[in-house]
Amino acid sequence: MSLNIIVLAKQVPDTRNVGKDAMKEDGTVNRAALPAIFNPEDLNALEQALRLKDMYPGSKVTILTMGPARAAEIIREGLYRGADNGVVLSDRAFAGSDTLATSYALSAAVKKIGNYDLIIGGRQAIDGDTAQVGPQVAEKLGLPTVTYAEEIVSAENGKAIIRRRIESGVETVKAPLPLVVTVNGSAADCRPRNAKCLQKFKYAAVPSEVAADDKKKAFIESRPYLAIGEWTAAAVDADLAQCGLAGSPTKVKSIENVVFTAKEARNVENTDEAIDDLIKELFANHTIG
Amino acid sequence: MADKNNLIVYLEYEDGKVADVSLELLTKGRQLADKLGIKLEAIVAGDNLKDIEKQVMPYGVDTLYKVEDKRLYPYTSLPHSSILINLFKEIEPGIAFMGATSIGRDLGPRVSSALHSGLTADCTSLEIGDYTDAKSGKEYKDLLYQIRPAFGGNIVATIVNPDCRPQMATVREGVMKKEIYNSNYKGEVKDLDVNKYTSDTDFVVEFIDRHVEKSKVNLKGSPIIVAGGYGVGSKENFDLLEQLASVLGAEVGASRAAVDAGWVDHDRQIGQTGVTVRPKLYIACGISGQIQHIAGMQESSLIISINSDPNAPINAIADIVITGRMEDVVPKLIKYYKKNSK
Repeated sequence: MSLNIIVLAKQVPDTRNVGKDAMKEDGTVNRAALPAIFNPEDLNALEQALRLKDMYPGSKVTILTMGPARAAEIIREGLYRGADNGVVLSDRAFAGSDTLATSYALSAAVKKIGNYDLIIGGRQAIDGDTAQVGPQVAEKLGLPTVTYAEEIVSAENGKAIIRRRIESGVETVKAPLPLVVTVNGSAADCRPRNAKCLQKFKYAAVPSEVAADDKKKAFIESRPYLAIGEWTAAAVDADLAQCGLAGSPTKVKSIENVVFTAKEARNVENTDEAIDDLIKELFANHTIG
Repeated sequence: MADKNNLIVYLEYEDGKVADVSLELLTKGRQLADKLGIKLEAIVAGDNLKDIEKQVMPYGVDTLYKVEDKRLYPYTSLPHSSILINLFKEIEPGIAFMGATSIGRDLGPRVSSALHSGLTADCTSLEIGDYTDAKSGKEYKDLLYQIRPAFGGNIVATIVNPDCRPQMATVREGVMKKEIYNSNYKGEVKDLDVNKYTSDTDFVVEFIDRHVEKSKVNLKGSPIIVAGGYGVGSKENFDLLEQLASVLGAEVGASRAAVDAGWVDHDRQIGQTGVTVRPKLYIACGISGQIQHIAGMQESSLIISINSDPNAPINAIADIVITGRMEDVVPKLIKYYKKNSK
């Protein structure tokens, strides 16, 4: 029994390396100014999808992402590791989306891909840490969800068996397909690139990446597996009132770079004597002991 | 009386006890409800809910909605979401809170999606205030300010939901304080019929196995915390912190960067997306001090920062700063603790 699996992935700014021009005046993120990476937990999700593909030969893994054309980078990264194809959902109409507007757009694209058994995404993205998009996509599609998954043990006969890791312990549940699963960072790491896949998909691209290059364009046209989808809001029949800022119930009122009001910190020298005195003081005022 | 626009808290209930995070949200909810002149409501769904009134009424609950059914415990997404979605359609709350737990973060998004209401995750502060829409110029009174660090903790954002209700927020355990409002407070209890709020097709996820493991880490209850950040540099250096913690009788905590680097387990993460702590003594080693971390420890009584960078942001909130490499400083702390404890 083969499966059709959609992996929801996001190209995220590497929030560990944030500069001054990271935010625009309207309080949204200036993605252009930041190094972009494959969201870490989405890689865990991809690995779960690829394991199912190994388990059920003939299965197909499609990566879906929303973002600028540049987000095709993570689709290629996924193809190098074993995914079959991908789609970048890209339109100015999606700019400024909160999690709900994002989920709406993704669910419209999932419907267009169609015929899916499993939709798997990372639990959350490191730029927002909200963990909201997975469950919201599920709600928009009318599907059940299993969040905080650590392993998709099996997916056959219309049911998936999934192990979840939550604060209070471990649960194993059985849920009907089709299903949305979000995967924890504690799940298995994603496999590395595969040399064969790298060779095969090296020139994969979305149309706008090769628009100005007739040679590359023709090359991709002759090898359809290299064509990464690039869909607009219209292509997925999205209602513009539900997209972007217009479709986002949450608004950013203000953004602050917080400056901490400095206490008068006391400096203690890194010498034996000073540290001996500090420890004595902490004993004397019963902070330790 | 049209009894709408109240503030409602979703209660988590396990082993006969309402979760601390839910009681903390009731405490915050009561303050905001008083400020807005509205009622504080609560909803609980589960099995064996008999003692729950006694536990929650002292927090000032005006209306407690109870849905009791064997199938509602343990938690699964669909039935609990259906209960909230249908109840919210009926009572139209103005504000809804839930814990930023594996339950609240599973439930909240689904409910917000179905109701097309805005949800802000992991808030560190909740306030009431006005808002003017920059584009339309429209003014809104008394909105919920949902305040949270964002973008990996590099900024703090204030989020509002001007037009959609309820205004929803999740908050992590330990962020808000838990305080009895009035031990004789008596609100009304309304039992809801599970069949009216859920359908059979909601009960599709079955449990095969469930192990409840009590976490061995008790950061919240520890009076002393020794925490390490990216500046600790390696897993080996983290062992040094563990030695210090062991002589001091402290717990080891970590910043997100140290957890991401794989030197420490996730359940030791302190900060907005980890645990919030208020120990007597907090020793921060090699922690630069992103907002996301500081949000989780700034109320510690005494903060000692050990950092090779004298200008590390965390030094601004520290009481005592030791400038130096943690590999040099920590062994000295251990040595002189041993010497002076005799």
